Amino acid sequence: MGFHVGNPKSAADLVQAHQVHRDVYISPDVYALEMKHVFANAWVFVGHESQTPKKGDYFATQIGNQPVIQVRHKPDDIHVLLNRCPHKGTKIVIDRQGNTGKFFRCPYHAWSFKTDGCLLAIPLKKGYEGTGLEKTQNGKGMKAVGAVKNYRGFIFARLADEGISFEEFFGDSLSSLDNMVDRSPEGRLEVVGPPLRYMHYCNWKMLVENQTDTCHPMVAHESSAGIAVKLYEELNLPKGAPKPAAMQIIAPFMSPYEFFEGMGIRTWPNGHGHTGVHHSIHSDYSAIPGYFEAMVETYGEEKAKTILDENRHNTVYFPNIMIKGPIQQLRTFIPLAADKTIVESYIYRLVGAPDELTARTAMYNRMINAPTSIVGHDDLEMYERAQEGLHVNGLEWVNISRLLEDDENHEGEAVLNGTTERQMRNQFDAWRKFMTYDQDQQEAAK
Amino acid sequence: MSVSKDQIIDFIYEEARMLDEGRHDEWLALWLTDGHYWMPLDYKQSDPINETSLLYEDMFMLKLRVERLNGARTFSQKPKSRCHHVIQRPFIDEMNGDTFVTNTSMHYVETRLDEQQLLALTARHDLTLVDGQLRIANKRIDILNCDAAFRNIQLLP
Ligand code: FES
Ligand SMILES: [Fe+2]
Repeated sequence: MGFHVGNPKSAADLVQAHQVHRDVYISPDVYALEMKHVFANAWVFVGHESQTPKKGDYFATQIGNQPVIQVRHKPDDIHVLLNRCPHKGTKIVIDRQGNTGKFFRCPYHAWSFKTDGCLLAIPLKKGYEGTGLEKTQNGKGMKAVGAVKNYRGFIFARLADEGISFEEFFGDSLSSLDNMVDRSPEGRLEVVGPPLRYMHYCNWKMLVENQTDTCHPMVAHESSAGIAVKLYEELNLPKGAPKPAAMQIIAPFMSPYEFFEGMGIRTWPNGHGHTGVHHSIHSDYSAIPGYFEAMVETYGEEKAKTILDENRHNTVYFPNIMIKGPIQQLRTFIPLAADKTIVESYIYRLVGAPDELTARTAMYNRMINAPTSIVGHDDLEMYERAQEGLHVNGLEWVNISRLLEDDENHEGEAVLNGTTERQMRNQFDAWRKFMTYDQDQQEAAK
Repeated sequence: MSVSKDQIIDFIYEEARMLDEGRHDEWLALWLTDGHYWMPLDYKQSDPINETSLLYEDMFMLKLRVERLNGARTFSQKPKSRCHHVIQRPFIDEMNGDTFVTNTSMHYVETRLDEQQLLALTARHDLTLVDGQLRIANKRIDILNCDAAFRNIQLLP
């Protein structure tokens, strides 16, 4: 401890091809570095445009440990501002969402700001004459993030003023987001209700890694998925009788290793990747009447089939979200401390599609992602046991070498056996890259 | 066959005691087969189907939940959680023939290992009298701070 303070390069050395040092999960110093560098240099998910549909609507969240506000400045223009009054630091908004009207007004001394952050007015402004206030950031207004991108309704931001472009950062991985949105016959999603909010006393990366950990469901979730299968068999329902909902949603977690091996994992540069290249636990969901017809109407039969045949299971967008295209879900793993993470699980409605699809999505969310979920309970148990176990001295490396290939590199796209840990290695490769990204750029410029 | 206010109130108390004592099979037997246990996510939520809830469980899910608590490989229940209800005298909001609606405020405590959480709740029970026995037709639990981030809630309020 203390060793990594202010030294992103030494933190980056905690990552090797086949293992990572436990400090990446438990060290507050490494956590501080990843907030300052990884979360500033990467493009991080903020919110969905439908959370702020009207002018003046805002939504408050975090990018890493930085409090931010997503606000609609003009009908087609969403801004992301740091949630801090430039006067003395007071958070400008404290509720999770609302409408601020034409401007933000700080409740402490009434400095006010346009919804793009620019300073509007200061009471008794004369008192600042000759102080040079107007030349400082404090005098300009609320600070904005470095860059914002609205990609098909999803708002991403980069805190750093300079850095990798949105297109380069995500590359072909955007095909998963595209597929999720294309599933709407109108090509549009809308957020449904508030997210589930689930507090974990573990490092945020454990949760992200678990999204493509295909060797755990049949083990960790035996108590829920295994007992679901048993209870179903005991029901002895006649052939063709509709299955209980839990059988569609929970039972596939009990699928054998071969199923997960065969489903495949694809990775893209910069830490993105997904499970379910060939099939997934979402493949066998029953068809919903009227939906395919609506899709054919918009896209024609061939394209509609191509969109719906995609069964990507979990797509991880580095650093900290996962989406499920086939059921329009997004989970964001918001870091609060080295050993504290809040998971928010959102669902979206496919505009123009039957309500039954939203109902299934809502059901999945509560059955799997809720703090009351019998599946979630065992996941949390595993993460928190790991967070505690990692303090053991003398055994300080975490192994991530499953199906590691000689000369593995993450510069290009790859498709592999679905039980590889390559996506975890891919995330750490990106973690190392964005940990030192600003330093590397500065050195290259010298 | 009719039922008195006291009998309805006793039923609500008895149900809470069953849950606290882990008598889950008896508790399941209180339910009508098409009942749902609903715990909304949003304050004053009105739609259990098309929005996310914390729970909206039919009898299959409730049985699964109960059976899982005693499973050999239920890792999050090793050791087991315990719970404790402190309930206020239920209001009987409706009495229509064989159906009744009650509204009960309670403090629900759940504990495991070194952690203990306290939830302030309002329970709405839809009860039906069947063959002289009160049964749970539906149950709705509203958590006062439903918009807060929760740790595991593993047992049933
Ligand atoms: S702190 Fe905001 S106006 Fe003074
Ligand atoms: Fe899991």
